[in-house]
Amino acid sequence: MAARNVAMREAIRRALREEMHRDENVFVMGEEVAYWQGTHRVTRGFLEEFGERRVRDTPISEMAIGGVAVGAAMAGLRPVAEFMTINFAFLALDAIANHAGKVRYFFDGMFKAPLVYRAASGWGNQATASHSHAPEPIFAHFPGLYVGCPSNSMDAYGMLKTAIRDDNPVLFTESIALYPKPGPMPDEGEELLIPIGKGDIKREGDHVTLVAYARGVDWALQAARQLSKDGIEAEVVDLRWLRPLDMQLVYASFKKTNRCVIVEESLPMYSFGSEIAALLQENMFDYMDAPIKRVAAEDVPLPYSKTIELLALPNAQKVVDAVKEIL
Amino acid sequence: MAAPTKAMLLDWYRQMVLIREFEETCHRLYEEKRITGVYMHLYSGHEASGVGSMAALRPSDHVITAYRDHGIALILGMDPKAVMAEMMGKKTGSSGGKGGSMHLASREHNFWGGYAIVGGHLPLAAGIALEAKYNDKDDVTMTYVGDGATNNGYFHESLNMSAIWDLPVVWIIENNGYGMGTEVERASGQVELHRKAEAYGIKSFGCVDAQNAMKVYEVASQAVDYARQHGPAVIEHVTYRYRGHGVSDKQYDARDDMSEELKKWMQCREPIKILRDHILSAHDDVDEVLAGHESEAKALVKGAVEFAEASELPNSYQELMRNTYVPSDLVYKTESSIGAGID
Ligand SMILES: Cc1ncc(C[n+]2csc(CCOP(=O)(O)OP(=O)(O)O)c2C)c(N)n1
Ligand SMILES: [Mg+2]
Repeated sequence: MAARNVAMREAIRRALREEMHRDENVFVMGEEVAYWQGTHRVTRGFLEEFGERRVRDTPISEMAIGGVAVGAAMAGLRPVAEFMTINFAFLALDAIANHAGKVRYFFDGMFKAPLVYRAASGWGNQATASHSHAPEPIFAHFPGLYVGCPSNSMDAYGMLKTAIRDDNPVLFTESIALYPKPGPMPDEGEELLIPIGKGDIKREGDHVTLVAYARGVDWALQAARQLSKDGIEAEVVDLRWLRPLDMQLVYASFKKTNRCVIVEESLPMYSFGSEIAALLQENMFDYMDAPIKRVAAEDVPLPYSKTIELLALPNAQKVVDAVKEIL
Repeated sequence: MAAPTKAMLLDWYRQMVLIREFEETCHRLYEEKRITGVYMHLYSGHEASGVGSMAALRPSDHVITAYRDHGIALILGMDPKAVMAEMMGKKTGSSGGKGGSMHLASREHNFWGGYAIVGGHLPLAAGIALEAKYNDKDDVTMTYVGDGATNNGYFHESLNMSAIWDLPVVWIIENNGYGMGTEVERASGQVELHRKAEAYGIKSFGCVDAQNAMKVYEVASQAVDYARQHGPAVIEHVTYRYRGHGVSDKQYDARDDMSEELKKWMQCREPIKILRDHILSAHDDVDEVLAGHESEAKALVKGAVEFAEASELPNSYQELMRNTYVPSDLVYKTESSIGAGID
């Protein structure tokens, strides 16, 4: 694996492009994906390369984007449907939760919906309340759907390729803040498939386990570097997928550290943190030396004003503070 | 419906030059990073659409729109100081710095706000009109909606409901040719957007050249009268956005044929010029008033910027959390309750 500095948006673009070359039935649809080269530039050049049949602009019709993908997938295509941002996927929640995630079940295995919903996610830059969601846990609530949330270029590449090849519907979120972040990638021609539901240790340490996904991994790693200066070694577990959850990885780390802080970009109530904490206390009670801490956004809609927006958001310092409280 | 008086025309001119000055200043402040953020959608080019149509309203009528809301706010008489302060996220902003460019509103002016999710405000409009109908008031809800938004489920469900309940809504489709980078022709099966009304049995007042405030006013007056007496009405305003989709979407302006197109609109269909020419041809002794409005607009916006920049930013946890909920005696709260908000 050659280390090259590839932005996460380019990694996703490469995965998508390779999968479209591999399988003629893979196609993309969404708002501004074709003529305007993608709102986040992930589908840049696709229209020219693959043509209108496989690179389809849609109207601002999220309900239909969500549902058309289900029908097309049931009938045999492999749609990769893009929501310009995940905020707009709320309009399609019914298609996603009730149809993508359930047609297999309620027809007892007769159909499948092999599709991927891609959506740019996260807050920041004063996008204001209705455009500032990181709601991955909401989607991970529903059985029948898988949810992947990469934290870097390599993972995004390997996870998206698997998501497209798998026969189950996958919601794949891409942190807007991570799009420009450079990272290593496999060489051209070399492939990487990261299994659905497989987490990854991003840093080893004995004193505390930091569990995170997507952008939370960055904060966890920054915090770990800072803590290390005080002689505290944090282990950073990047779960990568919110469904299925690779709890084995978390348990193994926790058995070693006996302490855990969960880091996420989302809201705190009924969250990723709630789920991981609950599973830890149920299954690792005997290994627990301190309360489990959660670092998430404040329990409030996000404001426009930069100053109070920053107050509302998690960051590395909040992770450091949480760790110090339980050590 | 009477033709607009000289006083009305002059006042429209005042509104339009104020909007243009405000919007172009916002554009410059954004480039200079004195306004920050990712979303700001300007009304430059659209002025006559809002000015001409809202002139048909009376103060008790209601107005609601999407995120392209600065012009609407100014037409309704919101203080440019409070609007500019909102752009900068200041405490003195019309929404206390919580809402920003996309969420202006004013209770006092029956302006129910700008909304950022495409189509999301349309059922709200029907709901506001329902209150009027429910309580036997004959106030109308003037609702602005983009061409792109007419392809969203919100639009269709809301129009249909306004039809079956005879709600007093005037649905104004501001067709500026594009939803972000997508031309109407590539997004809508029916490109005569006002004809979408037919599907729901709603009266359409057709398609209007919305660079001409006089024409806009004429049709809006008929539609408002109709809505007051009978129920929903649809008008399509054909207009153009001068500053692309929004400040962070520069690529939408970059295309050559689009800048050619923009040039043509600015040269041949400039709404302020059309109004000015009309005033000058129809009335004498107006030069001074027109010039006065122009310098007044500059002074007002300059004052607004000074006010906004001198204002404080919100910066406390209290300010962050405030107004998540209405403070209520009916909510049971203890030290350990979470999720109830703070008062
Ligand atoms: C439900 C939803 N989908 C997508 C977006 C992103 N978006 C914001 S404005 C816009 C274009 C809307 O175009 P139009 O309705 O024509 O209004 P205009 O901006 O031209 O005034 C899009 C796609 C959004 N805000 N909400
Ligand atoms: Mg438009």
